[in-house]
Amino acid sequence: MTVCGAWTPANATEVVGAVNEALAADLSLELVGTASRRSLGRPVVADAVLDLSALNGIVVYEPEELVLVAAPGTPMADVRQALAQSDQHLAFEPPDFGPLWGGAEEAGTIGGAILTGRAGPRRLTAGGVRDHVLGVKAVNGFGEAFATGGRVMKNVTGFDLGKLVAGSFGTLCVVTELTLKVLPQPPNTLTLVVLGLDDHAALRTMQIAMNESSARVSSAAHLPADVAAASTLDRIAGPGSAATLLRIEGVGSSVASRLADLKRALGDAGPTVVLERDESDHAWAEISDGAFFVGGDSQVWRLSLPPAIGAVVGTCLRRELAGRHFYDWAGGAIWVETPKVIDAHATQIRRVLRELAGDDGHATLIRSAAEVRASIDPFQPRAPAVAALSERVRRQFDPAGIFNPGRMTEQV
Amino acid sequence: MQMPAADAEMIERRAEFLVALRDIVPGEGVIHEHAALAAYECDGLMAYRQRPMAVVLPETVQQVSRILAYCHNVGLKVVPRGAGTSLSGGALPLADGIVLGMGKFNRIVEIDYNNRCVVVQPGVTNLAITEAVADRGFYYAPDPSSQIVCSVGGNIAENAGGVHCLKYGMTSNNLLGIELVLIDGTVMRLGGKHLDPQALDLLGVVCGSEGLLGVVTEATVRILRTPETQRALLLGFSEVESAGACVAEVIAAGIIPAAMEIMDRTAIHAAESFVHVGYPLDVEALLLVEVDGTAEEVEQLVDLVGALGKQCGAGSLRSSSSEAERISFWAGRKAAFPAIGQISPDYYCVDGTIPRGALPRALRQITALSAEFGLRVANVFHAGDGNLHPLILYDADNDGELERAEELGAAILRFCVEVGGVLTGEHGVGVEKRDLMEVQFSKADLDQQQRLKCAFDVGGLMNPGKVFPKLRRCAELGRVHVHGGAVRFPDIERF
Repeated sequence: MTVCGAWTPANATEVVGAVNEALAADLSLELVGTASRRSLGRPVVADAVLDLSALNGIVVYEPEELVLVAAPGTPMADVRQALAQSDQHLAFEPPDFGPLWGGAEEAGTIGGAILTGRAGPRRLTAGGVRDHVLGVKAVNGFGEAFATGGRVMKNVTGFDLGKLVAGSFGTLCVVTELTLKVLPQPPNTLTLVVLGLDDHAALRTMQIAMNESSARVSSAAHLPADVAAASTLDRIAGPGSAATLLRIEGVGSSVASRLADLKRALGDAGPTVVLERDESDHAWAEISDGAFFVGGDSQVWRLSLPPAIGAVVGTCLRRELAGRHFYDWAGGAIWVETPKVIDAHATQIRRVLRELAGDDGHATLIRSAAEVRASIDPFQPRAPAVAALSERVRRQFDPAGIFNPGRMTEQV
Repeated sequence: MQMPAADAEMIERRAEFLVALRDIVPGEGVIHEHAALAAYECDGLMAYRQRPMAVVLPETVQQVSRILAYCHNVGLKVVPRGAGTSLSGGALPLADGIVLGMGKFNRIVEIDYNNRCVVVQPGVTNLAITEAVADRGFYYAPDPSSQIVCSVGGNIAENAGGVHCLKYGMTSNNLLGIELVLIDGTVMRLGGKHLDPQALDLLGVVCGSEGLLGVVTEATVRILRTPETQRALLLGFSEVESAGACVAEVIAAGIIPAAMEIMDRTAIHAAESFVHVGYPLDVEALLLVEVDGTAEEVEQLVDLVGALGKQCGAGSLRSSSSEAERISFWAGRKAAFPAIGQISPDYYCVDGTIPRGALPRALRQITALSAEFGLRVANVFHAGDGNLHPLILYDADNDGELERAEELGAAILRFCVEVGGVLTGEHGVGVEKRDLMEVQFSKADLDQQQRLKCAFDVGGLMNPGKVFPKLRRCAELGRVHVHGGAVRFPDIERF
């Protein structure tokens, strides 16, 4: 990255000033909070840094309204702590890839979490990042401050630009304030672990849990034996076999009765153990963060695909790539770890996905060296018509291409 | 409310357009007779009527693509239409445009239990999805009150809601993928059976775009397992404030019920005299709470909510002990609109959303406005998510009363924005709330929304005259003006 300066605005007005100065000087900007998520997406080549870390602080938090308004530079740790004091949380379970990238835990900001658009295991039933974005204030590439959405749960007034901004990696506008839907933390949680299943049996088990039980499982993941062995939780790593995890969350003792219901639906699937609150939380945090792959220089992908073909794709990739893999979202997400090569096996992974899923799915490179992310597409290329439309949309926010140029796609 | 002036030259070319459209959709797929067009002259917002030049009813994606490409080439305006149940005039035709009716796209394409989704054509009704999967214990969550007739395509255009949104989300939260045709005829797929977008979330912004961005020709929606048990509680309060406080207490206790509805005194009395379900008549507010889940879980939740209700001062409390009783609790709420129709010749349904905490203030303000405008108002309220439906009672036969009802509605919506809410929670902006958009949004806010439209429809041919109070040309919106005095290099060329 070439940097010939930095702006450190302290508020939205100063962001408008900085963007107008950059526009006038024809300078492109790399947007950063704590820069903890630089490893995701293509490396940005920009003239200057727009450091948003001073836009820091929770503006409004009204637990009874289920609403949190925060500046984008607010540390995730502050958001989590504030919400926890009222027994609330971000239901999409934002993952923390910091350690996976060799960085510190919880080093990121809320802006980074929303703009990179990644959700954790509860995505399966609670919606993704964008489903929790109620409103956004931002500065576009015309140097104008604008707002979209609102602070209420139910709102269809005008185009829902917030959904577009979530997961846009700062390529559309500079976010100056986020309004998020927050939800009560489930008072009680436990996880049923079924041991020793192969991928296909695990997928069927997750499907039965989702489709045939009244237990309302909130998350479903499967760790093959070599990944389970990397868990820091004895009850997952100890048995030395694969672990299929099914999470139940809710009020009081209903969790126990739903566990009984789940066990009935699964029948004799295999030996089981039950993880109570803390152990359960720990296990899902590992899954959320891809913690099994922390350390080393292997490359890590996350695939999003129709859940029913998860095991077929996963086992096929395993055969071809000789790496480790595990499943989340009941098979709808596959984490794949491969030995380091120059193209990160992008061609191979996307070919397998295309052969088995057609156009219905995509593979995103989560960890690799910067030169690899610069030479291949970390985000799967889209169909030409969709790519062209996306580019037209981007230009309607940032016609001069000054925000995070190249972060999502190579900029022409 | 003024629609954009019709282009007389385009109207004169009608015969030429009809020939071309017939060529694309042969047979009876092009309606042009004056009498037959009457069926399409309005949607659920019946105060506004306009016959279009023609109605085209395509049957294939290729036809949709060719129709739109043709309209794009000749500069012909297009109003997409599903079942025509919009309450905001989203499908109101234009005198110099055609209506693209998607009613023939009425097939359920695939039921995929393994991926817990259903693929449908946009003309399929909302309820038909649930009916198709109910025997396997699944349902489709969004449940707008028009669900028997409204179509999935219209639901996507309006981002339709219903009474269960707080827990289960609106259409956008249950929509996995679409096939979309742009005005230039381009056909594309956004999303699919996988969960998250690979890059920019175009699907997220197309949903709720009120037919201004493109035409949906197929949709993949998420289906959920039907809850094993549902039970409802009816809590009566002598003060509306207490009912509002009770809703906040329930949420503070970590409970997200499947539905929470409040009715005020006028609505309670109208509903009770219409359906006789035993609603208490000596209360100012009735709170209906529905909880769902496993039997044991539901029993716990009923106890918890009941206890919270008593703490909040509920004077009467009933909980349903059978499915029949649960349905009877709902019967009054669901009959609220027709019940109001019994006590007033006409009514006008408003659809603002407010932060829940502002409920008592909002109801006081509505009472004051009601007196000021001299029109009665009954209030029903999706209390869980702050979505307010004041029903303004009026008589269209009385001179000026419709206009007064609309002015009262606008005053209520302005108040919603003033207390931190929005103009519409689920009915859409359409033509109805178009001219109020500047109450909620600044010029820059609306400019950015219109710029998005430019990326999809640079000529502004898709459903013009809806949503935006002022039509701006894309060239004008695309200009970069550098603001402020901070220009460091004023001579540098910009693009």
